Amino acid sequence: MVNEICVHIMDIVANSLTAEAKNICIFITRDNKKNFLSMKIVDDGKGMSEEMAKKVVDPFFSTKTGKKTGLGVPLLKGTAEHCGGNFYLKSKVRKGTEIYSSFVLNHPDLPLLGNIKETILVSVISNPEVDFKFHYTINGNRFILDTKEIKAQLGDVPINHPEIIKFLRIYLDENL
Amino acid sequence: MAKLTIEDLRKIKEKVHAETSLRDGAWRVKVTVHMGTCGIVSGAREVMSALIQEIEEAGVTDVMVTTSGCMGLCSREPLVTVEAMEQEPIKYEYMNANKMRQVFKRHILQGEVQTPFVLAKGAEIIK
Ligand SMILES: Nc1ncnc2c1ncn2[C@@H]1O[C@H](COP(=O)(O)OP(=O)(O)OP(=O)(O)O)[C@@H](O)[C@H]1O
Ligand SMILES: [Mg+2]
Repeated sequence: MVNEICVHIMDIVANSLTAEAKNICIFITRDNKKNFLSMKIVDDGKGMSEEMAKKVVDPFFSTKTGKKTGLGVPLLKGTAEHCGGNFYLKSKVRKGTEIYSSFVLNHPDLPLLGNIKETILVSVISNPEVDFKFHYTINGNRFILDTKEIKAQLGDVPINHPEIIKFLRIYLDENL
Repeated sequence: MAKLTIEDLRKIKEKVHAETSLRDGAWRVKVTVHMGTCGIVSGAREVMSALIQEIEEAGVTDVMVTTSGCMGLCSREPLVTVEAMEQEPIKYEYMNANKMRQVFKRHILQGEVQTPFVLAKGAEIIK
């Protein structure tokens, strides 16, 4: 099992990047009272056919196309279902993909959340040509980081410029 | 001190413009961290974090970081490729945060290839 929820996020985001997404939205909601954690990642990448989507979710589901699939998606599904939550994957060819998972927050086997700030920073800095939108809601308080908004301020200064990296680190520290 | 806001970026932008107006602004070195699932699980994120921290600390503005997917060399991950201008790309294997810091300080800043970690030069695998 993957030892951090953040690793799952990186995994799913890596898939979106491979699928040539230009926009990736990440929604994380955590509610201590409801004992609930959810995560939804939506991209506008090349998407998957219905058959492919089935195969990706269940690597033992066999189709004749024979494309080899990996473990990123089934691992996340496994963690969600094992930890009392739900999972779904919706995808449309040339439209994009949406992957949702939820978890019971105090489930004994729930992996640690991991370093969300670092995960966001690394994703944004290392993919300057992709736009990310993070919605992070903790007990009803919402924080949004939208790289489109940031880039609009930056003009020709790249988002992975050291001064901007420094800004982003402080900004995330102050808000998360 | 007041919290930073998105609007503060405009001031930072002006500062960056003022400081870089004399340079050509081109990237001198491109560093790629390979992040397939195997790469992430084996610590590619820590490698990327270390690299970003080094860049921040050194304040260099001509090093670009990017990521790419798995290269099919999972057993040697995390892998990092360093491409300096007018030099053949160097691929490092089995990277971790400390090795990344060393490669940053010695190779990226000073131009000394860190031979013990090298998997390949150019297209050629040397081990
Ligand atoms: N967001 C996405 N958009 C389009 N295709 C996707 C997306 N996510 C997954 N896929 C498809 O599903 C396949 C399986 O994904 P999964 O993450 O499980 O394994 P993988 O990326 O192939 O390998 P790895 O184990 O290295 O992650 C991918 O190869 C890709 O074809
Ligand atoms: Mg994957």
